[in-house]
Amino acid sequence: MKPVREDLLAAGPAERRRHARSLFFTALCAISAAIVLVPLGSILLYVVERGASGLSWTFFTALPKPVGETGGGMGNAVAGSLVLIGLACLFGLPVGVLAGVYLAEVGRGRLAAAIRFTADVLAGVPSITIGVFVYALVVVSMRRFSAIAGGLALALVMIPTVTRTTEELLRLVPPNLREAALGLGVPAWRTTVFVVLRTAAPGIATGVMLAVARVAGETAPLLFTAMSSRYWAAGLDRPIASLPVQILTYATSPYADWQAQAWTGALCLVAIVLVLNLAARAVAARSLGARR
Amino acid sequence: MSAAPAEALPHAAATTPSAPQRAPDRPRGRLGDRLFEGVTTALAIVVLLVPSAMLIELVGASRKAIGAFGASFLTSSTWDPVHGSFGALPFLWGTVVSSLLALALAVPVSIGVAIFLAELAPHRARGPLSFLVELLAAIPSVVYGFWGVFVLVPLLREHVEPWLAAHLGFLPLFQGPPLGFGMLAAGVVLAIMIVPTVSSIVREVLRAVPAAQREAAAGLGATPWDTIRFAVLPSARSGIVGAILLGLGRALGETMAVTMVIGNRPKVSVSLLDPATSMASVLANEFAEADSDLYLSALSEIALLLFGVALILNLLARWLVGATKGRVGSPA
Amino acid sequence: MTTAPPVARGPLSSEPPPLPDPEPVARIQVRKLHAWFGGFHAVRDVSLDIPTRKVTAVIGPSGCGKSTFLRCLNRLHELTPGARAEGSVLLDGVDVYGRRVDPVVLRRRVGMVFQKPNPFPTMSIRDNVLAGHLLSGTRVPDPEAMVERSLRQVALWDEVKDKLDQSGMSLSGGQQQRLCIARVLAVEPEVILLDEPCSALDPIATARIEELLGELESRYTIVLVTHNMQQAARTSDYTAFFYLGDLVELDRTTTIFTNPKERRTEDYVTGRFG
Repeated sequence: MKPVREDLLAAGPAERRRHARSLFFTALCAISAAIVLVPLGSILLYVVERGASGLSWTFFTALPKPVGETGGGMGNAVAGSLVLIGLACLFGLPVGVLAGVYLAEVGRGRLAAAIRFTADVLAGVPSITIGVFVYALVVVSMRRFSAIAGGLALALVMIPTVTRTTEELLRLVPPNLREAALGLGVPAWRTTVFVVLRTAAPGIATGVMLAVARVAGETAPLLFTAMSSRYWAAGLDRPIASLPVQILTYATSPYADWQAQAWTGALCLVAIVLVLNLAARAVAARSLGARR
Repeated sequence: MSAAPAEALPHAAATTPSAPQRAPDRPRGRLGDRLFEGVTTALAIVVLLVPSAMLIELVGASRKAIGAFGASFLTSSTWDPVHGSFGALPFLWGTVVSSLLALALAVPVSIGVAIFLAELAPHRARGPLSFLVELLAAIPSVVYGFWGVFVLVPLLREHVEPWLAAHLGFLPLFQGPPLGFGMLAAGVVLAIMIVPTVSSIVREVLRAVPAAQREAAAGLGATPWDTIRFAVLPSARSGIVGAILLGLGRALGETMAVTMVIGNRPKVSVSLLDPATSMASVLANEFAEADSDLYLSALSEIALLLFGVALILNLLARWLVGATKGRVGSPA
Repeated sequence: MTTAPPVARGPLSSEPPPLPDPEPVARIQVRKLHAWFGGFHAVRDVSLDIPTRKVTAVIGPSGCGKSTFLRCLNRLHELTPGARAEGSVLLDGVDVYGRRVDPVVLRRRVGMVFQKPNPFPTMSIRDNVLAGHLLSGTRVPDPEAMVERSLRQVALWDEVKDKLDQSGMSLSGGQQQRLCIARVLAVEPEVILLDEPCSALDPIATARIEELLGELESRYTIVLVTHNMQQAARTSDYTAFFYLGDLVELDRTTTIFTNPKERRTEDYVTGRFG
C-alpha cells in the first residue's frame, strides 16, 4: 500500500494559483452585478425621495396651472396616458395577437418567414422613427396632432413584442392538447381559439402587460403625434397630454415647482411600470405553477 | 359568433379546386376555419407591410433633401435652418460616438453580470438579481433623462470631468471645461440603459450552452473560471457579439435620455466633455417645429438614416444570436 | 478462480467484504456514503470496495442512484444545485471529502466519461485530447506525442490522424465517445468512471468501446455504470447491484449473474423487474 498522505489530493501551487484566478474573476463578475445595481438604486431613491411629497389627490385630478402659479396637477396627463394606452391596445393587440396566432398556427413557408422577419425588423426600429412615420402618415393627412396618431405610434411599438410572445407561447402548448380537441371533431379554428389560445392565455397576458409597461413610458413616438396639451382631452382627433411628455416638459423647465411635479410624475410612471412588471411575473409564476 | 353558420355548412369548400393542394394534416373546408385563417393572415400581413410602408414614407419625405444635398448631407457639418443649409455630420458623429462610448462602458459590465447570473451566483440569488437587472430595462427613458439631468450631470461636472481633465487632459478626448452636459453624460446614461439588454441576451446565450460541456470541463479538473473560459464562452462567442450589436442598435435609437443630457450642440468635437447632439435628439428637438419643407425633409432623411442603420444592426445581431443558440442548443 | 468468492452481505452492513486484490494503485473504499438531491435521498448508506485494475460494473434500474453514486466518487455530484453528499470515499486511503482535498486535483486523478459524447465543439480533435492540459494551463513536454499516444490507446489514431485540426464534432458518435475517453487518458488518471458511455451509441460503436475497456483494464481502475446487463456481464470483473439508492449486492460478475445471494438481484438479472 502507498503511504497515506492527504497531500496527494491537496492543491499544489499551480492549483492554488488557478483557484485564486477563478476567485478573482468571480469577484469581478460579482462587482459588475453590484455596479449595475447602483444606478437602479439611485434612480429609485431619487424618484421616491423627490416625488413622494408631491403625491396628493389634486395631482391626479387637477389641471396644470399656468406658469407662475403654484399648485395644480397632472390629471390631464394621467388621463391622457390612459387614453393613449387604451388606443394602443385597441389598435395593437388584435394585430399583435392574431399575427402571432398566424405565425404559430396558420402560416407556413415563405410568407410566415417574411412576417416573422418583419416583426423582428419592427422591434428594432427606433421609436422616434416610428413617430416620424406616423407623423407623415396620419398627422400630415389629418392636419393636426391627435390622440389617434399617438395611439397608433404606441401600437406600432407594441406589435412586434406581442406578436413574437404570442407565437412563442402558442408553440409551447403541447400538441396532444390540440390533437385531442381535433379528434373530438372540434373545428380547427375553435380548437385554436378555445383550446390552444386559452391554454397560452396567461403567458400572452404576461407579454401584453410587459408591452403595455414599455409603451406607458414611451416619450419619443408621442412628441409629434399626440403632441401635448394643457387641458383635458377634447377628443380623439385632438392633441392630448401624456405623462411621459408632461414629465419631459416639466423636468426641462426652469421652474422648481414644475420640476417637483415632474419628480412626482416620474414616481407615478416608475410605479406603474414596476407594478405591471411584478404583475406579469406573478401571472407567469402562477401559470407555471398551475401547469406543474 | 360565426360558429353556427360554419358548422351548418360542413365541408362547404371541399369541392373548390384549391382544396387538394392544401396541407393534409389540417382539415379545411369549414367556413369558420377559412374565415379565421383569412383574418389572422390579413392581420399578419399588416405586420409585414408596416416596415416597408415606413421605408417608403421616409424615402418619400426625404426626397427633397436627398435631391438638394446628395451625398454632402453625410459629410457637411453645417446645420442652418435659417439659410436652408443642412448637413447631418454632427448628428451622425454624436450618435456614433455616444453609442460606442456606451458600448465601451457597458459591454464588460454586461458580460460580467451575465456570467455571474448564469454561472457563478448562488442559485437562490439568481432569480431576484436578474429581476433587478431587468427592472433597469423597464425604467422609462424620460426618467433616465430626468435622473441624468439632476444626478449624473452634476456628478460628472463636479467630480468626474475635472478629474479626467486634470489627469488625462493631455488627450484630446478630455479637453475643455467641465459642463456636465455633453457626450460623456450621454454615453454613461446610454451605457446604463443598454446593460440589461446586453446582459439578458448574453445570459440566454450562455444558458443555451449544454450542461454536458460544463461537466466535461469540471470532470477534467477545471476550476469554475476554467470551465467558463474553455467550455462556455467559446461556444457563446458569436451570440455575445450579437448581443453587443443589439445593445448598439438600442443605443443608436435611444432618444429622450440622450436628448436631455447631451447638450444639443450641432458641432463635431473630439472631446467627450463637449456638448454634442445625436440623430434621435435633433428629431426630438426640431421635428415638430420645422417650418420649411426642406428643413422637414432634411430631418426626415436623418430619420431614414437612423432607420437604415438600426435595421442593419438588428438583422445582423439577430442572425448571430439565433445562429449561436441554434448551433449550441442542437444535440451533438 | 482459486481465491474464495467474497462474502455476500446485506445492504445495511458497513464493512464490505475483502476483495482478492494484488498491489493496489488506486484503491477506492467507499464508507457510509449518502447523497441527496434537495430532499431526495438518492444514495443511502453505501459501503463498498472497488478493486484496483479491474472493471467494476454498477447496475440497477433507472433512478436507483447508480449514476449519483458514480458522481460522488469524483465529487462531481456536489456541482449540481441542491445536491450534497455525506460519508467518505477513500482513494489510496485519503478521504476525497477531506478538508484539505482539492476537488480539482481529485478530478484529474479520477477521470470521467459521460453518457452522451461531449467533446468541446469549438476545439479541434487535437485540442480536445489536450483539453485537460489546456484547461489547467499545464505545460505538456511533447503534445504531439501525447495526442498520438492517447488516440492510439482508444484505437482512434488511424481514423483521425489526418484531420487532427478538424472539429471534434465532425466525428461519428462512437468516435466522439472514444475521443472523450482519449481526453481523459491524456490527463493520466488512475481511475476512470464511465456513466453509461454506450447508451447513445449503436451496437458496433458499443462493441468497440467494450473492447477498449478490456484493453484499458490492465492499467486503470474502471467503474462502469450501465443499465445494460449484457454489457456488465461482458466487460466487468465485479458487479454491484443498486436498487432504490441501496447497494444490494457486490460480487464477482459471474456470481452476480449466475448465483446471486440476494433475491432482488436475482429478480433483476433474470429480468423479472426493472
